[in-house]
Formats: sequence, structure tokens, C-alpha cells
Amino acid sequence: MKPEEIRDKLTASLGAAEYTPGPGDAAITVPVDRWHEAATVLRRDPDLDFDFLRSLSGVDRPAVGKIEVVCHLLSYRHRHTIVLKTGIDRSAPAVPTLSDVWPAANWHERELYDLFGVNVTSHPDLRRLLLPEDWVGHPLRKDYKEPDSYRGIPMQRPQTAAEAVTPPAAPEKP
Amino acid sequence: MDPYIERSPDGAVAIGTLDSLLNLARKNSEWYLLFATACCGIELMQTGGPRTDADRFGFVFRPTPRQADTIILAGTITYKMASRVRLLYEQMAEPRYVISMGSCANTGGPFYDSYPVVKGGDLILPVDVYVAGCPPRPEALIEALMLVQDKMAREPWLRKARGRWPDPKDPWPQPSAVLGSCAAAAKGPTPKG
Repeated sequence: MKPEEIRDKLTASLGAAEYTPGPGDAAITVPVDRWHEAATVLRRDPDLDFDFLRSLSGVDRPAVGKIEVVCHLLSYRHRHTIVLKTGIDRSAPAVPTLSDVWPAANWHERELYDLFGVNVTSHPDLRRLLLPEDWVGHPLRKDYKEPDSYRGIPMQRPQTAAEAVTPPAAPEKP
Repeated sequence: MDPYIERSPDGAVAIGTLDSLLNLARKNSEWYLLFATACCGIELMQTGGPRTDADRFGFVFRPTPRQADTIILAGTITYKMASRVRLLYEQMAEPRYVISMGSCANTGGPFYDSYPVVKGGDLILPVDVYVAGCPPRPEALIEALMLVQDKMAREPWLRKARGRWPDPKDPWPQPSAVLGSCAAAAKGPTPKG
């Protein structure tokens, strides 16, 4: 199915959606309140049948005050692809979970929360995925400032002998 | 004080101080922890394989830190992994040695500007030997393991564990054959820092 036909099929059940043709995969941008609905249509409609979530990622766009959530989809049965996007408010980013539509979205959304600080609502297990649980901040935000140290480990190598740190001694034997 | 070994038709008798006899056993059974955090682990596996055959020196990999003498930091260490690496090190019985293998474990390497990477294994563990390379060849890792052997032979662990070493009146440490030849080879200015 051509991307335009996918767009027409989606807008027939969803209402107007912004469409960006290629190069590369064509993209459909929907408002965040239709995000879950659009995903459900793309997954459940037998003519679309996007049965494979290839990637779910984010793009920080501070210039327009938005974080884009980008979903790359593939249908093994129909051999067609599409990109589903939504823009969410950068100051309070929140997006509904797609993990009930594609189980693979579970960890992708945890990564989205980890690196962009997007609150994925009604996610079954929203914890950090790649970084430690007590990490401060979300590193893929453009305004992320790296802290000086994490749990006493400096983030830069000491430049002089005076700055050198000694690793902590092993705990006393009982 | 190397132990004196007298060979007889039925075997051999070793005579020496208890420390030197212990060191003879220690340095010829240097067991390393089979643990790798990134791609240097492939070279680590190759080192234990038949082509370089680290086993001929007594370097045998162990799957548990309880049985290991040496931990090899083979690869990039992330901050999430750092506490696990530290835990493995603390589970090892003393005396224990640390080899930092490859650029990532030495300084963070190509990931120096990356937020989740620890900028060198020596920020979390006391490193004994650094191996340069990205990744180092198995021969380089074998040399590092032999330098640890050298370090083992140079410290009387029984006395050290009881707090009686180092002592200026003690004949230990032994002069190092390996380090001496290294120092002779490197005739440049001493590096700063």
C-alpha cells in the first residue's frame, strides 16, 4: 500500500492528520490526544496491519518547545512502512503508552522516559532503562548539563596529580 | 628470595621462606575472573583460547570472583555497571589484582565525552597494570598478566597481611626482572601526572 493510501485510510477513521512525504519513509503526524487511537488503527486495520514496531524514539526541539515522539512501523504481511509522529509540550511532556498495542513499545518507552524525561502515562513499568535509577536529569535533552560526579565518581579525568582520586577502600572485614 | 628447588628422581623438594614458597604457588596459578564489559572481552576470550594459550603460564579463567585472583576490566564501564564491577571486586579474596585492559578501561577512551561512561577503571578500582590498545592484542594481555605475576613475586603477602611489610629492614621487595628490563627500554622523560 502506498503511503498516501495509508494516510487516507488513517484520516478516514481519525480525521485530519499532517502528512510529510519522503524521501525516506513518509510520516504522519497526529496530535497527542489521537496518538493511541492512531496506533490502534494502524495495528488493527486488516488493510494496514502494522505488526512490527521497528523503533520508538524521541527528538528534542527546544526551538519550537516540543519533544517529538517518532514511531517507525512495518507490516510484514503487506510489506509497507510508515512513520507515526506526535509533538508534545516540552515543559510537561506526556504521551500515552503504546505497550498495549505493540508489546515491544514497553522498553522503547522506558528509554524515552530515561533519556528525554517523557512521562509515558499508563505504562505498566515506567523505570529508567539504560541509566542508573538514581541518575539526575535526562541526557538527550538539548539543555542537559552533565553533573560533576555520580556517586563520588568524577565525570572528568583528573588533569593533575593533585586532583587524582583514590578509589574507595574495601569495607572493613567483620 | 627465590625458593631453591632440588630435583630428585622421584620429584623435587623446594626450600625457601614460607613467603617465597607461597609466591611460587601464587604466581603460577594466577586465576582471572571471566568478566568483560565490552568488545575487549573478545580479545580476553582469545587470550584464553588455544592460539595464545594463557593456561601454559597458569592463567586460568574462573567464573566466580570467589576463586579469582585477578579481575580484568575488559571494556567500557558505564555508571550503571560501575557498582556491579565494584561488587565483583569486593567479592574477591585478598590478595587481589586489577588489570585495566584497553582504552575504555584506562581513560574512557573514545567514549570520553559520553555521559554514561566511567572515565577510567582506576576511578572505581585500584588498578595494578594498564594495557594500552583498542583492543590490546592477546600478547599484550599476557604481558599484563605476567606483570601481575611479577608483582606477586615481589611482595611477601603473609607479612603484608599482618602489617609487617613494607619494612626498610626487610630484604623484600625483590628486584623485578620484568620491570627492570622495561625501565631500561623506556629511556624517554618520565610522563607527567
